[in-house]
Amino acid sequence: MSERRPAAAADRLPVLKTHKVYVGGKFPRSESGRFDRALAPDGTPIANICRCSRKDVRDAVTAARAAQAGWAARTAYNRGQILYRIAEMLEGRSGQFEALLAAGGTAPDEAAAEVQAATDRLLHYAGWTDKFQQVFSSVNPVATSHFNFSILEPMGVVGVLAPESPLLGLVSSIAPAIAGGNTTVVLVTGSQPLPATTLGEVLNSSDVPGGVVNILTGRRDEMLAPLAAHRDVDGLLLCSPDPDVTRSAEIEAVHNLKRVAVRGHEDWTDIQSPYEITDLQEVKTTWHPIGS
Amino acid sequence: MQSSTATASFESPPIDTVGVEERVARLCSRSIKKDAKLHALHLTLSMIDLTTLEGADSEGKVRQLCAKALQLHAALPDLPHVAAVCVYPALVGVARRALEGSGINVASVATSFPAGQAPIEIKLLEVRKAVEAGADEVDMVISRGRFLAGDFAYTADEIASVKEACGEAHLKVILETGELGTLDAVRRASDLAMRSGADFIKTSTGKIKPAATMPVVLVMLEAIRDHYLRTGEKIGMKPAGGISTAKDAIRHLVMVRETLGQDWLDPDLYRFGASSLANDVLRQIVKQGSGIYQSFDDFSL
Repeated sequence: MSERRPAAAADRLPVLKTHKVYVGGKFPRSESGRFDRALAPDGTPIANICRCSRKDVRDAVTAARAAQAGWAARTAYNRGQILYRIAEMLEGRSGQFEALLAAGGTAPDEAAAEVQAATDRLLHYAGWTDKFQQVFSSVNPVATSHFNFSILEPMGVVGVLAPESPLLGLVSSIAPAIAGGNTTVVLVTGSQPLPATTLGEVLNSSDVPGGVVNILTGRRDEMLAPLAAHRDVDGLLLCSPDPDVTRSAEIEAVHNLKRVAVRGHEDWTDIQSPYEITDLQEVKTTWHPIGS
Repeated sequence: MQSSTATASFESPPIDTVGVEERVARLCSRSIKKDAKLHALHLTLSMIDLTTLEGADSEGKVRQLCAKALQLHAALPDLPHVAAVCVYPALVGVARRALEGSGINVASVATSFPAGQAPIEIKLLEVRKAVEAGADEVDMVISRGRFLAGDFAYTADEIASVKEACGEAHLKVILETGELGTLDAVRRASDLAMRSGADFIKTSTGKIKPAATMPVVLVMLEAIRDHYLRTGEKIGMKPAGGISTAKDAIRHLVMVRETLGQDWLDPDLYRFGASSLANDVLRQIVKQGSGIYQSFDDFSL
């Protein structure tokens, strides 16, 4: 009998993973059945990714809406624990993310630095979840016999156009949104979608309830307009340096007067602050009668 | 009225469960788009029995539901009105006054809904009171316990006496298929109800899951078809419970059209018992017009 040997690398067809999208805590394919190729910088295909349609956007918004009340009702402390847990899981898979970033053309030492920065960014917002209310809420001076105070509440469902920065920018846009109790529909349309789809796997294994983060891959011109116009989306976070892109989304957003935050950064290294959270909050002011 | 022994002693055909499921799967794969979809959505609205059956129902809640029935969505004045408003007997009078002259029927559940565990005299009294208060339609529940114990004659007599107590009012017979266990029992109960005087057969109370699943509805539609072929009598169908999206409703319409034909695509012969379906249909109608996905916040409760 001949000895069994692994086939030589040259004989073997590589198995290209289809990176599926992350919606409602599950990993479906696009309802359209369409896919695109993720390419290395030299043009070789490295994976298949879903090319989502407006109906996937619709389904993702439904999932985000269903999850929103429960996520906002969690204690801020618990949301912080869960964000910390995402960081733990990300740290545990740092090698995989470094490889994905390297396959997309990032130099190896930069890739390692980016994964670390993304992990640390999650810790930053994990710490803020139960603190930003104290810092930004206020008791207001009024001239009438009222106790007047303002508190922050999550917008609800926030649509995120993810930045080109494939991991650090992505984490920096999602983390402040969910830290404040929003649920998100994230459109990943950049040239390197694989860290995003893999981040979905990390989120799914780190106590984040299904539907809090929904990640769709595909083409911006097919998904952004239906998301921006969707009347069940309460806010938009548009991470794009291109004013034409953000402007057209802002025009679509007028249907239900969504609040829109625009982030034009190319470099996300220093973009962390509690104002990233408060930009995706609504202020509720209460006039409470006192005295006689 | 037929005698109970004659009514109860018939054979219902056996049901091929796998065949039913395959047929349902095939019918669910139909794609209804654009104008046909819009037509189906309007038809769905006209078939809805807008329902509130909660212990917490008050006069105010029923009046508000009737206001919704009269005007589904202010921004779309050309919508059809729903078929009926369905309430508990104690609130029939309130609904009657609110809907007077609108063409919308008042339906009332009766016979100790939803369990049906009360003496027959009390059930009949409840039916008479509901009709006196102005109910155009009565939704009764069968005694599932007696039916499952094999006492078909009792069930047949019960339906026949409720029918008598209804007088002019239409009788819908709720089989509560979620408690019947098998499709064979669903078929037998359907046959029994139709032979005993039902004007409509209805799947469920909405209080038990599963409720109006597609296979159950298909079996009941086939029973209606066989009854029609045998007697020439057109019995109506009302799935209730669990149909909350426009997509589900359209699938049901496809199934009705393919099983019973065009005649049954009419509020006189087909109804949806639903509390949240109307708003999803409205959402889809507005979306068809504007191209923009809608929020439930945009529609009244």
